[in-house]
Amino acid sequence: MSARHERAVAFTLNGRRVGATVATHETILEVLQREFGLFGARESCGQGLCGCCTLLVNGTAVSGCLYFAAFADGAELTTVEGLAKNGELHPIQRAFVEKSGFQCGFCTPGFILMTKELLSRHPQPTEDEIRHYLSGNLCRCAAYPDIIAAVKRAAELMRA
Amino acid sequence: MADTIVVPEAPVADADAGRALREVGRSMPRLESTAKVDGSVEYIHNLRLPGMLYGRIHRSSIAHGRIVRIDASAALACDGVHAVITADDVATIVPNPYYGPAFHDQPILALGKVRHVGEPVAVVLATDPHVAEEAADLVSVEYEPFDAVFDEVAAAAPGAPIIHDELKPAGMFTDLEHVAGRRGTNVALDARLRTGDIEKGFAQADQVFEHTFRTGKVIHATFEPMVSVAEPAGPGGLTIHTASQSPSFVRSEIARLLGWPENRVRVRTAFLGGGFGAKLYIKLEAMAAVCALLVRKPVRIALTMDEQFYTITKHGATVLIRTGVTNDGRITARQVETYWNGGAYADIGPRVTQKSGFTAAGPYDIEHVALDNYAVYTNDPPAGALRGFGISQLVWAYERQADIIARALGIDPLEFRRRNALRNGRKHATGTVVYGMEVEAVLDRLAEKMEWHRPFDRGSGTIRRGRGIAIGVKACVSPTTSTAAVHVYGDGSCAVHTSTVDMGQASDTTLAQIAAEVLGLPTPDVRIVHPDTDVTPYDMATLGSRSTFHMGNAVRRAAEDVRAQLLRIAAGALGVDMGDLECRDGAVLSRAGAKLTFREVMLARFAMQAGTIVGVGSYTPSYTKPDPRTGYSPNITPFWMLGGAGAEVEVDCETGRVTVTKLVNVADVGRAINPASVERQLCPACSICRAS
Repeated sequence: MSARHERAVAFTLNGRRVGATVATHETILEVLQREFGLFGARESCGQGLCGCCTLLVNGTAVSGCLYFAAFADGAELTTVEGLAKNGELHPIQRAFVEKSGFQCGFCTPGFILMTKELLSRHPQPTEDEIRHYLSGNLCRCAAYPDIIAAVKRAAELMRA
Repeated sequence: MADTIVVPEAPVADADAGRALREVGRSMPRLESTAKVDGSVEYIHNLRLPGMLYGRIHRSSIAHGRIVRIDASAALACDGVHAVITADDVATIVPNPYYGPAFHDQPILALGKVRHVGEPVAVVLATDPHVAEEAADLVSVEYEPFDAVFDEVAAAAPGAPIIHDELKPAGMFTDLEHVAGRRGTNVALDARLRTGDIEKGFAQADQVFEHTFRTGKVIHATFEPMVSVAEPAGPGGLTIHTASQSPSFVRSEIARLLGWPENRVRVRTAFLGGGFGAKLYIKLEAMAAVCALLVRKPVRIALTMDEQFYTITKHGATVLIRTGVTNDGRITARQVETYWNGGAYADIGPRVTQKSGFTAAGPYDIEHVALDNYAVYTNDPPAGALRGFGISQLVWAYERQADIIARALGIDPLEFRRRNALRNGRKHATGTVVYGMEVEAVLDRLAEKMEWHRPFDRGSGTIRRGRGIAIGVKACVSPTTSTAAVHVYGDGSCAVHTSTVDMGQASDTTLAQIAAEVLGLPTPDVRIVHPDTDVTPYDMATLGSRSTFHMGNAVRRAAEDVRAQLLRIAAGALGVDMGDLECRDGAVLSRAGAKLTFREVMLARFAMQAGTIVGVGSYTPSYTKPDPRTGYSPNITPFWMLGGAGAEVEVDCETGRVTVTKLVNVADVGRAINPASVERQLCPACSICRAS
């Protein structure tokens, strides 16, 4: 890859200032994996439809498989690896464990991050709001009833 | 909305100890829960090795034809392309490159001809995945197209284009041996079952109903797309890291292809991001292995979501079902002819055809039965198992027809099923006596949860409502075998070595519960070692609803072996009788109150805080191969599974929109090891099948 197709970017990743040289065609997902060893955001459909690659950019959920790494310059990025603090799981993560909101787990980080955006905007979400926010996250194991229960539990834990 | 009910059995005491169970029968969260919510869980998808090349497949653009020429020059000219591998390269290390669990019919890369759109023809290896992707498109292949056939009934008819010159059963499954050497047919397997006298049965009927039901193909779409990473392991060795449901089979099949002993091939897996039958037997492994050996570098071949559609599907099927009934609703005869669209390569299709095929008369007690199942090659992508191993296609046919018959006879659909239910102690059409299959309990629970006896509001105007129930039977796949090992380490901690693959069904937790029960440990203290054929013993595969039963029993026996060793050592150290000792809370306890922790037992055995105690257990249920002429076997399966579902739906007659307003699943699961986990399996299974 030639130098003119690369650029240097700097962003905040899970609270830490970082930099990387990225190719202009590279997605943020590839850069997270290659440069930072973060695999919580995962490429599955590669078309922004399944939500497995979800991460938060400035607090808003985006599909990492479609988001060019170069766009991340100056942004604040959160991946599922950034949620636990001092070895303590985030309340949303605890709620997913408590309600077993997953089976194979491949889609789980995406659901957790989308839930984070949901609860930041709607601390007491209605069932319709939950379904609306999570409509871009698919679970092929179809653990949906447990996922919805986990989101409701997460809202309780975060209010507590 | 969806309600899942597990039919419970009365609490059972552990037969050999006469005590209540502590770990088995308890709902508990998955052992790997934290890793699944913090992003750290291991999938093969995440694996990157130093110096690794990325493989990208160039796929056939036609359904059937001869390969005239492959031109890889443009691909090879791309910066970063290391090699382009074709069948000619494969032949230099695998002279006979045909693989498959049921038939040796699938070439590692298309050899001479292609048989379906999307068949792998060449693999581009590059240092960058994007380069590999672009270069794969630059491979140019010239074909001489042949007529293709896609419909399973047409493909089985005389005069259809022939997809394989000769049938080549693999030999592993003795049920398939009789078709070896057949030529000029697309019927890979014809599996028959005859019981009673079908003509006599129809003569006894007051009415005969005849219908044809069809089901389409369905794609598993596992969210972790198929991925295999192969690396040469020194001279004469090979390691394959693969998202596979059957690591043991991959090892034997790769060894067979290479002409190596199995001990030179190491196959390991991690958690799978979904399996559902897609990752069974062998998929990308042979291709990745050959590429790695050719270039002497690690090679990763990972599919995109859309490539999975070319790789494996559920069978589409055409089911012709003819049923004779008396006017009071007794089934006298049932004849079912099923054509299974197996696609271009057999994969596990013939096994699906045979293992599901013999259940085509349903969970009903019918004196005269004739079943014919045809596994048919077509020019579609290969078909295999998807959540149910072929059962749902048949249930769709026999339960749809049950409702049609019940309506025609003016009998309540639930009552019609009751009148014909196959009860314990009666012979199934295969000749195997049925036990442990609670049809009536399942129907009773369905009726209760559906409030079947209450008047039902069928709607009015443009919104109409309906409801229905269905039951289905599956026989656990047989014959199969599992082996497990339980290790106790120098500090007294414990690990279970098993080749069962946890793809989301919580098998790690279930198997840990079983070992913990035997050894008197808390389940979270038991570590499950993931499949690694250098380390974990043979298991046939994680499929066909067999793991909890087969591997569960193997783990139980391995743990019992370890327990006996611990007790013997402790008995010597404490100077008491082995019979006075039990394992509990991580220690050996005597009736008199003496106690040796496992750690102390290890010290007593090895005279230092070190060493390993290994227990081994195997489980291979007995089986009688069916007579190929009649399908008859007095022992066709180690156990039967019976499930039922009820649904209420609303149809908007103006838009055609169908809304499921209530869905109930009932299953006879025997004793649930982890009840919450069982419910979580059943409820989503029903969501997946509803979408299918």
